[in-house]
This record gives sequence, C-alpha cells and structure tokens, in this order.
Amino acid sequence: MPTDSVSFIFLNAFLMNNFVLALFLGICPFLGVSGKLKTAWSMGLATTLVMLISSLSAYFINQLLVYFAIEFLRLICYIAVIASAVQLVEMSMKKFSPGLFRALGIFLPLITTNCAILGLALFQTFKEYNFIQSLAYSTGAGAGFILAIVLMAGLREKLELANLPNTSQGAAMSLMLAGILSLSFMGFAGLGN
Amino acid sequence: MPIKEDHTITADTFLDGIWKDNPVFIMLLGMCPVLAVTNSVINALAMGIATTFVLICSSILISLLRKLIPKEVRIATYIVIIATFVTITDYVIQAISLELYNALGAFIQLIVVNCMILGRAEAYASKNRPLKTVINGLGMGLGFTIALLCLGSVRELLGSGSLLGFSIFGAQFQPWVVMILPPGGFFVLGSWLLLFNWIREHNKNKTQQLEQKGTS
Repeated sequence: MPTDSVSFIFLNAFLMNNFVLALFLGICPFLGVSGKLKTAWSMGLATTLVMLISSLSAYFINQLLVYFAIEFLRLICYIAVIASAVQLVEMSMKKFSPGLFRALGIFLPLITTNCAILGLALFQTFKEYNFIQSLAYSTGAGAGFILAIVLMAGLREKLELANLPNTSQGAAMSLMLAGILSLSFMGFAGLGN
Repeated sequence: MPIKEDHTITADTFLDGIWKDNPVFIMLLGMCPVLAVTNSVINALAMGIATTFVLICSSILISLLRKLIPKEVRIATYIVIIATFVTITDYVIQAISLELYNALGAFIQLIVVNCMILGRAEAYASKNRPLKTVINGLGMGLGFTIALLCLGSVRELLGSGSLLGFSIFGAQFQPWVVMILPPGGFFVLGSWLLLFNWIREHNKNKTQQLEQKGTS
C-alpha cells in the first residue's frame, strides 16, 4: 500500500498509530470517562465529531495562514477553532439530546483541552495532507479514539467485579490495563509493511 | 461582590505542588506529555522546564489581568494567553536545539492543551496576587518536572540501560525495549502510582495504630 493512499492514512490513524494507545494523545478523557460503556460511546462520538469539524476547518485556516505568511499564529487560530467547534457541539447536543448532555457533564467542555484534537490538526499540517487525506486522517483518528475508549470502558466494567487489594485501586490499575491494551495494539504496527 | 483574597504566603504555597497536590501523581493532570516524552531523561527534563516556563508566565499575566477579564470569556482568554507563551517556547526551543525540537515533536505545541496549566489558571491565578501565583506555579512546575524525571529515569534505565546517555549497566545488558515503547509509559506510571498508594496506605495504618494505642 502506498503511504499516501486514503485507505492507508485511515488505517494508520485507526490502528497502527492509534492516537490514544500509541501516540498518547487524549489520555485525560481516556482515563476519566471510561468508567461506563455507554458514556464512553457518547464521549467517543462527540470527540469524533469535534475532530472532523476542527480538522476540516484547520485545513482551510492553514491555507489562509500560508497565503498571508503568518504561520506563527497557527497555534492560536487552531485552538480558537477547536474551542468554537466544542461550543457548537455542546449547544446542538443540549438542544437535541439533553440526556446525553447531562451524562457527559464537565467532560464536554473539556474536549477543548483534549490533546488528540489539537494533535490531529497539527499532525495533518506537518504531514501536508490535502483535503481528502485530512478527511481520512480525522475519520481514522476518531474511530481509533472510539475503539480505544470503548475497549477500555468494557475492561473497566469487568474490573469492578474483581477483588483488588486496596493499594492497587483506581488510576494505578487503569494505567496497567491501558499498558496491556497498548501492548496488544503494538501488534498492528507491522500492518504497514 | 469582590472575592475575598488570602494574601498570606506560607511554605505550603510552594510545597503543595511538589508532594501534596502533585499535578501528575495525585491530581492526574497533564498525562499526555508525561507518558509521551519520558522515554529519556533529557526529553523529560526539557519538557518539564518548557511546561514550567509556560505555567509561570501565563500565571503572572492572568493574575495581573484577573480583574479585567470578563467572567464569560475567561477560558477563551486563558487559552489565548497560554497559546501565546507556548508559541514563544516553541520558537525558542527550535532556536536552541533542533535535535531536541525534533525529539519532542508536536508535544511542545501541545503544552497548550495541558490541563494542568489551564487548571492552575482557573483555580489559582484568577484568584490570587501575582507573587503568590508565581510561587505556587514554581512549586507545581517543579512537581511536574520531578514526576517527568521519575518516569524518564526509570524508562531510560530499563529501556536502554543508560542515564542521560551514559551507559550504566555495561555492554552485556539486554535492554527492555518495551520500556521506551508506548506500553512502557503506562506500566511505569502505573507502578509509580502503586508505590505512592502503598506509602499512603502504610502511613494511614501507622497513624491508626498509634491512635488505637493512645485510646486503649
């Protein structure tokens, strides 16, 4: 597979360089919202939506910045776009599904500080992807985020039934689980060759 | 209604960030850079210093402007201020060492979305005088750097058998490559948390035993 084909870019972001488990982006929601399977799903979907909107906007903004030769403003512009995209998703979610809005609570505005989203925008700029490639990259990254957070939530729901010593409860055990998940995802690294 | 401000600066203002409220080990904030750039001590140190610099600078500015920033747009304002300082840091690191810049990659720019910095801005800098904020920020930054070094040293020692690039175990050492790969980050941080949990549990049991002795 040529490395710039759309399917390769999608698979690369989805499995081989999974944003959460291989690149360590978006660890905060990954550990924070993965307690229940249902909230994990909705968090994943909301994040993917923000990813799509912000990555496409970032593409056009970067074109403008390059045109006017003011690339040093890139970071500030991107973060402003992401914050507005989150606001947009938040408002539409409040209108169309108030239940989901309440379930996500504080974690919805915190999508702004999810490094996976800014990371996605920055990486696609560094890699100089065109519009279609950016689209594939953000879809792959979003799908990868959903996969990771849903797997993690499933594992943690099972873990609640296990009898753990006091010392290893909470974040420590979640990190160990994430490590094992990440270990298994390393198996996908060979897919590209 | 003006918020009542407590101006007293104690040793705790500084020390809180290092142990009691350590951003990484206790509050679990800013995990992404903690896991991603700690595959060697040098990277960890550079990341810690860069983050501390951004934290302190943005804290000073936010603290100075705390009465001017309207409450409704405060988060956006904080983010723009933080992004400005991160851009400065990004260019400075690029100028000092291109090698380091390439090793840290996008993670310098991703300091913008480090929850620790925004959290400090919201919870501390917007409520306190500049001097107190600086002292607290210094403590927090130091706590963050120490945490990064804790991870970085273990991972470099086990993963490549060296420390700061100097070989420790000699040539016959078989490096645990997994430690410098992504899973190693999760495992090492998990182990550190286990250790701290154990210490806390141990201390709690000790004080309980002492109390029981005192009452009986």
